[in-house]
Amino acid sequence: MGRVLLDPTSELRPAARALTPRPLSLEGLTVGLLDISKSRGDVVVDELEALLRADGVRTLRYRKPTFARPAPVDLRHEIATHCEVVIEALAD
Amino acid sequence: MVGSMTTVPDGLVAVVKHDCPTCTLVEPVLRQLAGAGPLTVVSQDDPDFPGGLPVVDDRELEVSWRLRIETVPTLLRLAGGTETGRVEGWLRGAWEAFTGVRDLGDGLPEHRPGCGSRSVEWGVEEELDRRYGGRVLAARRVELADLEDDVEAVFARGWSDGLPCVPPTEERVLRMLAGTRRAPDEVVAVVPPDLVECTVEKVAVNAVLAGCLPEHLPVVLAAVEAACRDEFALHGVLATTWSAGPVLVVGGPVTARLRMNSGVNVLGQGDRANATIGRALQLVVRNVGGGRPGEVDRATLGNPGKVGWCLAEAEDGRRPFPLLSEARGVPGSALTVFAGSGLVPVLDQASRTPESLARTLALVLRTVGHPKAALAMDALVVLSPEHGRVFRDAGWDRERLLAELDPLLVLQPDELRRGSMGIAEGMPAGLDDRPLPKFRPGGLLLAYAGGPAGMFSAVVPGWVSGATGSSPVTVPIEEA
Repeated sequence: MGRVLLDPTSELRPAARALTPRPLSLEGLTVGLLDISKSRGDVVVDELEALLRADGVRTLRYRKPTFARPAPVDLRHEIATHCEVVIEALAD
Repeated sequence: MVGSMTTVPDGLVAVVKHDCPTCTLVEPVLRQLAGAGPLTVVSQDDPDFPGGLPVVDDRELEVSWRLRIETVPTLLRLAGGTETGRVEGWLRGAWEAFTGVRDLGDGLPEHRPGCGSRSVEWGVEEELDRRYGGRVLAARRVELADLEDDVEAVFARGWSDGLPCVPPTEERVLRMLAGTRRAPDEVVAVVPPDLVECTVEKVAVNAVLAGCLPEHLPVVLAAVEAACRDEFALHGVLATTWSAGPVLVVGGPVTARLRMNSGVNVLGQGDRANATIGRALQLVVRNVGGGRPGEVDRATLGNPGKVGWCLAEAEDGRRPFPLLSEARGVPGSALTVFAGSGLVPVLDQASRTPESLARTLALVLRTVGHPKAALAMDALVVLSPEHGRVFRDAGWDRERLLAELDPLLVLQPDELRRGSMGIAEGMPAGLDDRPLPKFRPGGLLLAYAGGPAGMFSAVVPGWVSGATGSSPVTVPIEEA
């Protein structure tokens, strides 16, 4: 069992954080495409970008310096400020 | 109770540890007793100690915890599973009387004190409470992810006021609860704005977050109780766009016991008790009450004291008048919560008469809220020792000072009317045709604290006063 903390709150809200609601449509939104620098991740992202642009969706490309570490804070901040949606190419 | 409970049989029981010189000293005595009748030896650290005797291996300390052992060696007797008596340390006469066996420990000294039981070592006792005591805590348990940093986890869950917190583990909360005699499930108050019943345990969890010591908990409990009284109007104090927040003025024996700061930099940083007690109250408001800045807390500016503001009144033998809490009818250890909205330092290095110094105070007090506002807000004056001396030397007590301030704090119609002095702000029509007092009766609070040097005091302006706003509340603090 992991470490346990006691909840200091009124417990009126659930302990686990809820996911941000998913958008029903990509119309008018900016989609970030994140290549994590894993092999052939760029291939997936290129394909997705072509499909999204064909649908008229605005896209922005991002790349992590290495798949072995979490994305740098600046990169996360940039994605969060410019995009409403992000798609990450995770695996080989 | 835990299912697989380790028990010891009725009769004589000796609890020892190899690491204790007194226990090794009485090793031959234990063999003597075992030869004279049934004896159960419980060994806390070494199942081969004492040599030549069967022992109950208590390296897990469950037996010691269940028997509430504080000292080793402890000799006790059980009948029907209930203890009928105990002797701690080595004292030949006491051991002989207790066991009925004579000539114990020939050649040993008459008396040796024992050592601390392993079951009451720092941190161990709480762990044993948690392991064997059954669950006395009711707060939701929040499990952290393996790679989650515990301090960051507190921020991530929104439990922090912006500063790092002490992660509230079960052991820390149990240790905190030892600071009060009140039951963990006792309801202390209903906390605005969400109007949630707040138990002693929830206050303890937030006191851990704030960095309190267990002995601070009774003050935090009193603060929560006072701030949640209807007349303090915590919901309004929180929701207002004004800068107000709770200010705690603590007085009585508790302040020396907790080494609270009532001297140099009393309204500043640097004292753990002052800093964490005030902070704990605000964390209760945030976490239990749900009062978070930007949500129900709508302050335009706020003030730095909203992180937590708690001061102790000085008891330096040179007070010009009794404690604020005493003046408000609560003797002994007590605290007063005041809706304060920042700090206005008052300089007067020249006044040597109480009349002159009172005029300085009045001039500054007139600016509370707005110089043209009458009967609007209360105020707290923190009188420093060098200013207090002027009043004390002249024989002015609290009542005299307040009485002398009264006429100096009357605003004339041309000082308070809207538009007068070229200022649109002022008292509305209907209240602008007569002189009005700056403060309502009882609306001016005087406390005494600060460093020994400096002819400076401070005015802490309040918030909307009285029935439509906040009234200060004074409550007693549970004595140790």
